Amino acid sequence: MSELTILHVDMDAFFASVEERDNPALKGKAVVVGNGIRSVVSAANYEARKFGIHAAMPIGRAKRLAPHAIFVPPNMARYSEVSSHIMEIFRSVTPLVEPLSLDEAFLDVTGARRLLGSGREIAIHIRKKIEASEGITCSVGIATTKFIAKLASGRCKPNGILEIAPDRVIEFLHPLPVSAIWGVGPKTNEELQKLGLRTIFDIANTPRQTLIRILGEASGASLYELAWGRDYREVIPNEVDKSISAAQTFETDIEDQEIILREFLRLTEKATHRLRERDLSARTISIKVRFADFKTISRSKTLPLPISAAHEVFDVVKALFLSLKLDRARLRLVGISLDGFEDGVDGSEQLILGEREKGWRQATAAIDRASARFGQGSVRPARLIEE
Amino acid sequence: MKFTVERDLLIDGVNWVARSLSTRPIQTALLGIMIDVTNSITLTGSDLETSTKATITADIATKGKVLVPGRLLAEIARALPAKPVTFFLDGTRVLVTAGSAKFTLPTLPLDEYPNLPQLPETSGEIPGDVFAAAINQVAIAAGKDDSLPTLTGVHIEMNKSTITLAATDRYRLAVKEINWNPKDQNTEATTLLRARTLIDVAKSLTGTGQITFALSPSASNEKLVGFISEEKTMTSRTLDGTFPPFRHLLPTESTAEATIEVGPFLDSVRRVALVTDKTVPLRLIFSKNTLQLEAGTGEDAQATEELNINYTGEDINIAFNPTFLTDGLQAINSPFVHISFTGDKKPAVLTGKSEPNGVINTTYKYLLMPMRYTS
Repeated sequence: MSELTILHVDMDAFFASVEERDNPALKGKAVVVGNGIRSVVSAANYEARKFGIHAAMPIGRAKRLAPHAIFVPPNMARYSEVSSHIMEIFRSVTPLVEPLSLDEAFLDVTGARRLLGSGREIAIHIRKKIEASEGITCSVGIATTKFIAKLASGRCKPNGILEIAPDRVIEFLHPLPVSAIWGVGPKTNEELQKLGLRTIFDIANTPRQTLIRILGEASGASLYELAWGRDYREVIPNEVDKSISAAQTFETDIEDQEIILREFLRLTEKATHRLRERDLSARTISIKVRFADFKTISRSKTLPLPISAAHEVFDVVKALFLSLKLDRARLRLVGISLDGFEDGVDGSEQLILGEREKGWRQATAAIDRASARFGQGSVRPARLIEE
Repeated sequence: MKFTVERDLLIDGVNWVARSLSTRPIQTALLGIMIDVTNSITLTGSDLETSTKATITADIATKGKVLVPGRLLAEIARALPAKPVTFFLDGTRVLVTAGSAKFTLPTLPLDEYPNLPQLPETSGEIPGDVFAAAINQVAIAAGKDDSLPTLTGVHIEMNKSTITLAATDRYRLAVKEINWNPKDQNTEATTLLRARTLIDVAKSLTGTGQITFALSPSASNEKLVGFISEEKTMTSRTLDGTFPPFRHLLPTESTAEATIEVGPFLDSVRRVALVTDKTVPLRLIFSKNTLQLEAGTGEDAQATEELNINYTGEDINIAFNPTFLTDGLQAINSPFVHISFTGDKKPAVLTGKSEPNGVINTTYKYLLMPMRYTS
């Protein structure tokens, strides 16, 4: 059997690159994407990273590290638009595209080699196309497995290509720290360090049975296989998101129930719009609230029938929130998430007794059409109109 | 306190009162079952929402009153050997012996046990089996979603000698009329009770002859309903809120009517529904004495089946949630179902018939809203 050719394409500092491209004044400066003083860094460009700023760092800290950096609020709608263009470029090369997030994906290009050339040639082609049409750069790892391809793209950042031929896998892999292995989190890492297993070489030279004893059947065995560069996972195209979520950190802690519910309504509008865009409806609705002291709780509810209209989802969200019976607790963040998707594609829907034939469903569809034309939020509940 | 009781009587009584115990009550004392020994024995359990009592006869040596952990008592009672059971209060502990089995139960502080609401005045009676059958037919349509509490209830309407029970989850509506024997021939009252509570009543109170209803007068602050059989009682708080008006939903005319034998129809529905998810529509195509059932579309699994039926009126293509349809076919509790239609987006009405050409039994109606689908 001929070997597979797998690419892992990862955009370089994606959000920050999009901002730089949209605003040339940012070029060459340290750019940090993050919203408000109280949230965390979503992305930082390489200039900003020189000061030690990285994703998930509190904004306040980033500001102290690099007071001169330019902080821009994230524009998720813009990023997902650019992302969908990039995914289109991938799909023009091969149908086997597995997006991992907005800015990275695996591509199985085995079948495209005859038409488009070697993995390296395809990688060059993709990079050129993205730079020409989107004006941003990416890094591409090329290997015969997903595992090695992802490691390779991480080692050639930014703006690089790294191909690991099958006979070079071991020499590439073995010097790396165990934490480089997919699935080795801080806890497993600690376990392994305790046993003196520091590099992937150490893992590869530990008996399989020993690893199984330490980590359990599944993770022990898979760790051993990965340490020898063996990864049997296929690229699964188009794996759709299993949930849609939206969250908001308040500028200051909020205890006013009216404001909190209004924020929940806004998040519901946003998430259900994305749900309907994909022609889905959801059966499980969850809410998350984070208190001023960072304690976070969530509640969820699974319904007998899937729903997609904002007002129906909001009824559930509101009931979940009120059931917490918070007594003027100060909240830092609220969020909602929708999952348990069912296809809305066949357009079937349980009708409700006594409801007008043309009801919310038609109103919602009309709002979606208006949003498509005039932008999201052009039609919104009266409660969300700011004075 | 000391008494001896038949094991089976004890199990029956304890099971009944254990129903109203909550696993997470708002007061610790409510974890307990109260045993009150006078000339007979009264067991009491409550979660303040519903309270149940059972009276059992026993061989009484000394009277007394004690509160013991309820779930534990229920488990012990079920596990005891088939021998007479003796209870004896020794200081702060209750010794329970049956044959060679001996248990020691701690007691809970009696003075912390809340005052339970008194049974309201009785308002009339009804045969237990009739009431149980009616509840089972109606409660199936009640909502399970606690965020819409009024829809988790069964609406009970008393009008002279008729009781109307109704429940809906907005997708279907079940309505049943039964006769009862009110104390005051001019009784007019409505109440709303949790469907789950009524199902419990149907299961446990109905083996025995008549059930007595007790309704608190509409002017009182505490809205309570009581059910009394020979030795058992239940008092339940009614649900807040008003049941939505439902009579106008019942269609007064129809454009087509079908009569189908329930057994074969249910089998076909279950077979065809195999290819669908529970919430995917089952399509029914009615025309000239045939019914075609279909499910699944496009690339997915599909199934079809055809039945010969009695059908009059315009052809109709209509789709239903298969679970809701099955529920209705079972609930009519008759060998034949009569379905009347007024349109493919209007509720269908299921009623029962004992003969294909017999009269329609209109005391029970199951309204089912169709599903919209695009073919």
